[in-house]
Amino acid sequence: MSVLCLVELDGADPADVSLRALTLGRTLGDSSIGVVVFADSASVPVSALADYGVTDAYVIEPGTLEGYAPQAWGRILAGLAAETGATAVLAAGTDRGNEVLAHLGAITGLPMAANCTVVTPDGGRTHRIVRHRWAGLLLEEAVMEAPVALFTVATDAVAPVPAAVSAEKPASLQVHVHKPELAEADLVVRAAESAGRAGGASLATARVVVGGGRGVGGADGFAPLEELAELLGGVVGVSRVVTSEGWRPHRQQVGQTGTKITPELYLACGISGAIQHIAGCAGAKHIIAINTDPDAPILAHADYAVIGDLHQVIPALVAALRAR
Amino acid sequence: MEILVCVKRVPTVGGKIAVTPDGQEVDTRMSGFSISPHEECAVEEAVQITERAGGSVSVLTLGPEAAVEQLRGALALGAGRAVLLETDGREFGPIATAAAIAAEVRAHGYDLVLLGNEAADTGDYQVGIRLAHELGWPVATGIKNLSVSPDGVVARREYRGVEEAYQLPLPAVITVKEGINLPRYPSLPGRLRAKRAAVERSSPAGAAEGLRKEALRVPASDKHQATMLGNGAEAVPDLVRVLDELGILS
Repeated sequence: MSVLCLVELDGADPADVSLRALTLGRTLGDSSIGVVVFADSASVPVSALADYGVTDAYVIEPGTLEGYAPQAWGRILAGLAAETGATAVLAAGTDRGNEVLAHLGAITGLPMAANCTVVTPDGGRTHRIVRHRWAGLLLEEAVMEAPVALFTVATDAVAPVPAAVSAEKPASLQVHVHKPELAEADLVVRAAESAGRAGGASLATARVVVGGGRGVGGADGFAPLEELAELLGGVVGVSRVVTSEGWRPHRQQVGQTGTKITPELYLACGISGAIQHIAGCAGAKHIIAINTDPDAPILAHADYAVIGDLHQVIPALVAALRAR
Repeated sequence: MEILVCVKRVPTVGGKIAVTPDGQEVDTRMSGFSISPHEECAVEEAVQITERAGGSVSVLTLGPEAAVEQLRGALALGAGRAVLLETDGREFGPIATAAAIAAEVRAHGYDLVLLGNEAADTGDYQVGIRLAHELGWPVATGIKNLSVSPDGVVARREYRGVEEAYQLPLPAVITVKEGINLPRYPSLPGRLRAKRAAVERSSPAGAAEGLRKEALRVPASDKHQATMLGNGAEAVPDLVRVLDELGILS
């Protein structure tokens, strides 16, 4: 029983989400866990991966495949799974992880379960799975019957835990430079990368998010929220209705079809709390709601609440903060 | 340009999501239904492409008879033709769904198939990719910007702060995300046309898949009573105190 995990890199380190996937993946095999890394072999974070119990790293260097080509990545995983006799292949449930594993599923004709929170071997070809539906607002319990279990791990489901320093932890990690033959058809779709949108704190990583919803009232109502966000060292996020109305650009949307945020504080102003919005802000450490409706669903998710009109509360709060 | 857009009927859940007593479905007694959000944008994108470059938009859904409501919604936005792949209400898995769509694509012939990146309900993240493999077509997913020319498409998205541009020859499969455009509201003439339009139907055979749903449940809730800080601007001193206690002001 061996397991293969696609590892994404974050600079010189394994991405945090990949370490989470490895933590789950490690529980499935009985001996070895291999990782697939697309990088120069000199820059593979060997010791960080060994800490997580990895025994083998299969490295595809830029000389073999330059840039991100989702179908080629899926093809390479399929080849390595066959070569190593893997009984499970997994990745973090990122856009990229889900995409590559879906290609792997299509190439092999096997099922693929996206965004799992629990995967447990249940004898033979069977795995019992719990996975996200509705972006984690619902959980699905499912059974997977397949010679190789293909799945991704929900990015917030499993805490990253290094392997115990004992028999479980191997003395060393072997690096294998892998040079697969790639068919032209697998390389048709390939990313040309360039710097993304410049400037501004990112919504996904902001320490404070000031959220505005329908209660803001219109496109010209956001200035006080911007001012408050700046005072608190944060950024403005909005609900889906705000972007659907065209009041603010979609990149500011917090929610199932927008950005998932994980700030210290989410200050939800004039947001009723539709469940798709909660899917995006549930990762906030603290939530304060400002709402005219004491029965708004957002209050069931908030730690603190002010019942009132944001158009009065926010300017008063800004004035109080400026007076400090 | 012949474009097929695949949409899914999903419950419009508001402030709460609940499961039926048998644990098999989302309880929809209190909810309406809509087109899954990414796919609403796929419809808009297809209509915009044909407005610029000519051609026609067909819309397809796989689902129960009731999903005709979503097909008519897409017709009202500017799609010209509607296809219902009718099920008996049971869920098709992603493999069977992709196979059923592929059969329609082969029978009719399209230059471009648009889908949402993932359905709001099942979140399988794979129907578009499996469809592309069935057809032997290139595919790009999660696209937030699309430009189409007779020789192909350029599809753009962002991943971890880096912009990725993909160049695909046609025919191709593209899955899009909300934000690629702002869907229009249906016009009155559009709605009237949609009401009268014929819907083509067929009933694809489903097949059991290696991933089988057993039950749905709502995750254990950390719901609690919010601490009330007061009403209106009077609450501001307490609000400032809480911000300070939470370490936000330091």
